[in-house]
Amino acid sequence: MYDMENQDQLLNDITSQEYQYGFITDIDTDVIPKGLNEEVIRLISFKKKEPEFMLEFRLNAYRHWLKMKTPEWAHLKIPPIDFQETIYYAAPRTSPKYQNLDEVDPELLETFKKLGIPIEEQKHLAGVAVDVVMDSVSVTTTFKKVLAEKGIIFCSFSDALTEHPDLVRKYLGTSVPTTDNFFAALNSAVFSDGSFCYIPKGVRCPMELSTYFRINTAGTGQFERTLIIADDDSYVSYLEGCTAPKRDENQLHAAVVEIIAHDRAEVKYSTVQNWYPGDKNGLGGIYNFVTKRGICRGVSSKISWTQVETGSAITWKYPSCVLIGDNSVGEFNSVALTNHHQQADTGTKMIHIGKNTKSTIVSKGISAGKSDNSYRGLVKVMPGAINSRNYSQCDSLLLGSTCGAHTFPYIEVGNKSSIVEHEATTSKIGEDQIFYCNQRGISTEDAIGMIVNGYAREVLNKLPMEFAVEAQKLLAISLEGSVG
Amino acid sequence: MEGKEILKGINLEVKAGEVHAIMGPNGSGKSTLANILAGKTDYEILEGEVTFQGQDLLELSPEVRSRSGIFLSFQYPVEIPGVPMINFLKASVNEHRKFKGLEPLTAGEFLKLMRAKKDMLHLDSELTNRSVNEGFSGGEKKKNEIFQMAMLEPKLAILDETDSGLDIDALRIVAEGVNALKTPENATILVTHYQRLLDYIVPDFVHVLYNGRIVKSGGKELAFELEEKGYDWIKNGNDQ
Repeated sequence: MYDMENQDQLLNDITSQEYQYGFITDIDTDVIPKGLNEEVIRLISFKKKEPEFMLEFRLNAYRHWLKMKTPEWAHLKIPPIDFQETIYYAAPRTSPKYQNLDEVDPELLETFKKLGIPIEEQKHLAGVAVDVVMDSVSVTTTFKKVLAEKGIIFCSFSDALTEHPDLVRKYLGTSVPTTDNFFAALNSAVFSDGSFCYIPKGVRCPMELSTYFRINTAGTGQFERTLIIADDDSYVSYLEGCTAPKRDENQLHAAVVEIIAHDRAEVKYSTVQNWYPGDKNGLGGIYNFVTKRGICRGVSSKISWTQVETGSAITWKYPSCVLIGDNSVGEFNSVALTNHHQQADTGTKMIHIGKNTKSTIVSKGISAGKSDNSYRGLVKVMPGAINSRNYSQCDSLLLGSTCGAHTFPYIEVGNKSSIVEHEATTSKIGEDQIFYCNQRGISTEDAIGMIVNGYAREVLNKLPMEFAVEAQKLLAISLEGSVG
Repeated sequence: MEGKEILKGINLEVKAGEVHAIMGPNGSGKSTLANILAGKTDYEILEGEVTFQGQDLLELSPEVRSRSGIFLSFQYPVEIPGVPMINFLKASVNEHRKFKGLEPLTAGEFLKLMRAKKDMLHLDSELTNRSVNEGFSGGEKKKNEIFQMAMLEPKLAILDETDSGLDIDALRIVAEGVNALKTPENATILVTHYQRLLDYIVPDFVHVLYNGRIVKSGGKELAFELEEKGYDWIKNGNDQ
């Protein structure tokens, strides 16, 4: 038998690598004093020169939030968070309007280089437009003109409020109401910026829309708001990627993503999440409380969530689909990897309301170190959602003997013509698989990266090409040497 | 396996260009011997030494043994779901090349090499498009082992019960592959229960393993004698 102590030792040695994106950008920043009250919210709204309805939206959310409590039902140990210790607004003071890259703060460009996304190259990369969110305000937006020709709106949330207030007003909060949950309410009250995307009727977005998020100012909570609307017969693929600089104190991240798909529209939303997970002793790291929900409002519409989650100290995230339109389709494909002391409670909700609606859930959990990884998913078929189908597959892979994997499926079926299937497996990386690789000259580290990527392939294949490559590397790096 | 002494007395010298067959009844320690040579860490080596090309083999990790030229064709090749055979092999071949100080093969060079080896072994090209051994039949798994052997060109190939679970056609293909790969520079150890395989791959030496010891050695005729008289012939003379 493999010696368990040696295994854990090896696992320890190699998984104790430092977070490679840990660096801090020194940019002049405009910061509001820490703490939260109505004055702070008014100040945020004022600084952003928002229309009146936006301030009302924020204040309503804030007043509701005051009556709410942090959710405690997740399989997570969440240290108490002092919301008065958080700074709720920080924007780079550098002017966000640039004609060319020479005008951009060189420090910022350096940051992009470290992240591996030099804008000048991104610009030439076929099919990728990048709206880079640095802290809270969009600093640069590319490809806007190309998109504008098709009538596609892809801009920062602030710009959308200025240029398309009616669209924002019509859709904001329709997928995730301000009262939805504690963190969504908080986000609604204080969100500083984010992305807005509108695809007009009959338009197929010719490129992947891509946003990179980054938390930068020490002690600043990041509250992003994303709103994506796909009108009738439209299509868009949206990419979200995250890397955060290293910090010792915990940082709160409570984003909201809303998607609305009209008749026959399709939205693909892909995420690679690599926030700072804390050090190997569980110190620091991002607390990631995200509310993501898509509404398939129209008939035969489709929303798919694909996520690769490797970062954050705590992940609390359930990208969901509400299938209202008849024949609409929801998909959730997830790889969640936890190591060291990371905790993840992630999954999805598929709410079937329309007739003949379909949903598919593929969840692949990978746990290593002393981490805890839970899948939590709800499949709810309403009485009127006749002939609906769900297929769920939840797999857990364990590396080592000190980590945990849990599955919490909730299934409610309200009619007799619908079919719901759930499959779940738990496995460990086989010593035999590693030895087989060793015998062909492949080191244990490489073998584990290979086996884990094989395990996650079904989900990785759903990612756009360039993202899939990044995600594969991320999985291998995050687990080097973890013998199971 | 735990706390049980399996191999007690093995004295074996294999020279380049030779084919040795290790035969023996079930539980005699044949597979253990193969696994120990390949470096599987399930076993504790109490005493003895293994020298491979002047090096202390037992000091080397399994991957370094592989890169140094030791190949084990597994009795039960393991499945690695989701990992395409072609990626697995490319990683393997390039590790071997790196060890020799060679540049990794480009995608084109690799595909060319793969095609050549497939032709040589008369394999259909479909196997490499699938995940490593996943859903392979017993015969396909064994063919896939020989294919990997062809790609890696080992100095010492250890074939562990390569004939088990094969029908006669598959056995012939596998055996022809092994024969085609034979050169004066490499050596082969065939671990087998039955004489049948030795009709196709003719050994220079036959050793009979029983209770962890080599109790009899001889030429290829020993295999026939064993087949004729059965393992009882060995057992009766060697049980303590």
